[in-house]
Amino acid sequence: MKKQKEKGKKLNPIDNKIIDEKFGAIFAEAQRRKKERQNNSIPKIHIGLSTCGIAAGAMETKTAFEETLSQRGIEAQIHCVGCIGHCYAEPWVIIENSESGFPPIFYPQVTAGKAKMLTKLYLEEGDPRLEHILGAMEENEMIPSVWEFSRFSKEKRIVMDLCGKIDPDDINEYIAEDGYSSWAKALKSPPDEVLKQVLGSGLRGRGGAGFLTGKKWELALKQTHLEKIVICNADEGDPGAYMDRTILESNPHQVLEGLALCAYAIGAHKALFYVRAEYPLAVKTIQNAISQAMESGIIGKDILGSGFDLEMDVFQGSGAFVCGEETALILSMEGSRGMPYHRPPYPAERGFQGLSTVINNVKTLAAVPPILKNGASWYRQTGTPESPGTAIFSVVGNVTHPGLVEIPMGVTLRTLIFDICGGIPDKKKFKAAQIGGPSGGCLPEEFLDTPIDFDSLIEAGAMMGSGGMVVLDEDTCMVDVAKYFLDFTQKESCGKCTFCRIGTWHLLSILQRLTIGEGQEGDIEKLEQLSHDIKNGSLCGLGKTAPNPVLTSLKYFREEYEAHIKEGCCPAASCRALSAYYIDLDKCARGCDACVGCCPVDAVFTTSNRKKGIDQQLCVKCGECKVHCPPDYNAIFRISPAHLAPIIERPKEENQ
Amino acid sequence: MDVILTSEDKVIIEKLGSRLTQCEKVKTNLIPILQMIQEELKYLPPEVIKMVAKYLEIPGSEVYGVATFYNQFKFNPPGKNPIKVCLGTACHVRAGDIILENFERKLGISEGQTTEDREFSIERVACVGCCALAPVAIMGDTVHGHMAPSKVEGLILRVQVEHEKAERERQKIESDRQ
Ligand SMILES: Cc1cc2nc3c(=O)[nH]c(=O)nc-3n(C[C@H](O)[C@H](O)[C@H](O)COP(=O)(O)O)c2cc1C
Ligand code: FES
Repeated sequence: MKKQKEKGKKLNPIDNKIIDEKFGAIFAEAQRRKKERQNNSIPKIHIGLSTCGIAAGAMETKTAFEETLSQRGIEAQIHCVGCIGHCYAEPWVIIENSESGFPPIFYPQVTAGKAKMLTKLYLEEGDPRLEHILGAMEENEMIPSVWEFSRFSKEKRIVMDLCGKIDPDDINEYIAEDGYSSWAKALKSPPDEVLKQVLGSGLRGRGGAGFLTGKKWELALKQTHLEKIVICNADEGDPGAYMDRTILESNPHQVLEGLALCAYAIGAHKALFYVRAEYPLAVKTIQNAISQAMESGIIGKDILGSGFDLEMDVFQGSGAFVCGEETALILSMEGSRGMPYHRPPYPAERGFQGLSTVINNVKTLAAVPPILKNGASWYRQTGTPESPGTAIFSVVGNVTHPGLVEIPMGVTLRTLIFDICGGIPDKKKFKAAQIGGPSGGCLPEEFLDTPIDFDSLIEAGAMMGSGGMVVLDEDTCMVDVAKYFLDFTQKESCGKCTFCRIGTWHLLSILQRLTIGEGQEGDIEKLEQLSHDIKNGSLCGLGKTAPNPVLTSLKYFREEYEAHIKEGCCPAASCRALSAYYIDLDKCARGCDACVGCCPVDAVFTTSNRKKGIDQQLCVKCGECKVHCPPDYNAIFRISPAHLAPIIERPKEENQ
Repeated sequence: MDVILTSEDKVIIEKLGSRLTQCEKVKTNLIPILQMIQEELKYLPPEVIKMVAKYLEIPGSEVYGVATFYNQFKFNPPGKNPIKVCLGTACHVRAGDIILENFERKLGISEGQTTEDREFSIERVACVGCCALAPVAIMGDTVHGHMAPSKVEGLILRVQVEHEKAERERQKIESDRQ
């Protein structure tokens, strides 16, 4: 490596006044624009346009607003923001129509049709159509506010505070909210000051393992003989989590600021974002953020006159789960297969192309600017002594209000799932929460009152991992969930360690056998033995944690495994080979055809007395008929083992 | 792998060959180069693997080894209507596998394959970031949330109908011209 010029060495600048002046001008301009927006009394329509919003149809909503506004000659400003975390409400809008006298109002599920209606009735005629609202964004006398709703009030936002409030593509909006003030402040003080605050805050890495961020930086700082590089890990390989991507799409500058602070603290002049190429919007947003920051002189050469240089770039990862692991990530950036190697040497000692390398997760970095702004002790006021700060979960699955939730560490699962996310829909019973994706585990009801933090989860056999949380109801088969994750890790194993490569394959094939009723006596013991061997025989975190889904479900739901093996029964009636759908002839209504048309394989037939039956040979057990059976009849049931389903003969004449 | 290159493919490959010379000849560039090619061509046929290997002066097996390691790279041409079925955790617990099966059954291909007329291809993907809409399938650029087996047929039918309509119009224009 060519040695970079050491002109960035002027690390203790005397030129604080220059920094103040330069940043002051940038800040003043951003403030001016914000005021201008605020003083403009035309209505404002805020629309969430990150991946989740777009998937739910937010683009059509936006077009509908634009068209209706121009057709009706109404003046209004459409403000594109990121994801607010309330994914159950997508596509959502917040309408500020101050002239109507109402506070800003949050509308959920605004389809194109609703957008037209709201433009006409609210913006033109001043009627906010209260039957369509979720609530007002501020406390007021007229209408209930969203803050009465615990999905809003119980969150504590440090990292995601600005997500869904600002336009991610406009750096000025971030700066106007005090963005980059920590960066400007840091540049005026020696780098140890940043490190001291981060160490003092007790910030732990949010990428999974919970390693102390300050300690990692300190190790890198000690490598005085090496050039350095800092990398933001936005690989996010967990197949059921999407918060890193959402944060990058909604507020890229806060992550960028955190990465810059990290670079400054350890004396690196190069910084990289490692983002999956499969996340095109996140890639685009962060690239745009970098170029805007360059243009403003917030990064680049001689930043704000401080003499500190920092170059930033994006590397697009190609989608391999194992590349989230830091040594594999480094190899993949070097153009090789991402196969983890042994540590030490830690990346901080020798990493990407021999440089001292610090890799941190998106959420870790995004927590740094608020810490520097408010101080380490402020950060410690949230969370638990051992795990300060907040945790961000993407809560999905069988839950009423799914989405991204930021809560203080130490909040219980019960509060998270039942109070904040509204519990389990359809009056079903809670069965388990799967936390931490493929490295995590399934926690049963007994754990609902355990506070969630790094250590308590590890104690329970799960781990924080990515922060993905999938809520499972009584209809979920735990063996199937374990099989799902093993299928994933088995495919994603890089193949370096025999135990991980072949062990996971054997685990998977045993689980596959169980779910088709071919379990054998002794399988459970084999699963346990293999799991322990894989943990011991694997080099990286992938193999070391791959058996967790099996081990936790065996620990807490052993009887389900036993039922699969001994009785060929899936207690949740979910495994397809072990269950069957049947129609209860007492409930089935004569002449009703609801289930016939929806069957993708024509397995439903009419009996001699014009009721319906299911041809078990043809049935693929998709459950469509059950969904379509009118609730008044509710005649379709699922049962396991399959042979318990009553046999209904198909009438001869129809049989062809 | 007996992928037959179309004449369009060949034109693109030719252009890519000259774009390649602008990239620095270092191995660190291997993945970005493959990404650039795939962005244009949508997949990596053997010709391209050889071309990249020759350019970077590394064995073709190494290029192939790296490319196959990552999920992003495809070795079959995708259909004009690529179908991606999400099998992320949330979609799995809401029976995404059944949706996948329905697509496979309706199109008569399995995941990772393309129909013979290159109209459709099926692929499974992990979480596409809208778990609240699970189960999810993506067709072209459109995300379809709350998928159900009975919606599958409709989606495919819609594409086929539109295709036929376009075809009829094309024929009409052609016959008008004559
Ligand atoms: C199999 C595997 C996958 C991982 N995936 C990710 C990931 O997607 N994102 C991430 O930030 N860290 C991931 N990690 C953790 C990283 O190795 C590393 O610890 C982390 O990026 C450090 O950042 P932190 O200190 O901010 O947590 C993964 C680890 C393993 C073993
Ligand atoms: S799991 Fe399918 S969208 Fe997240």
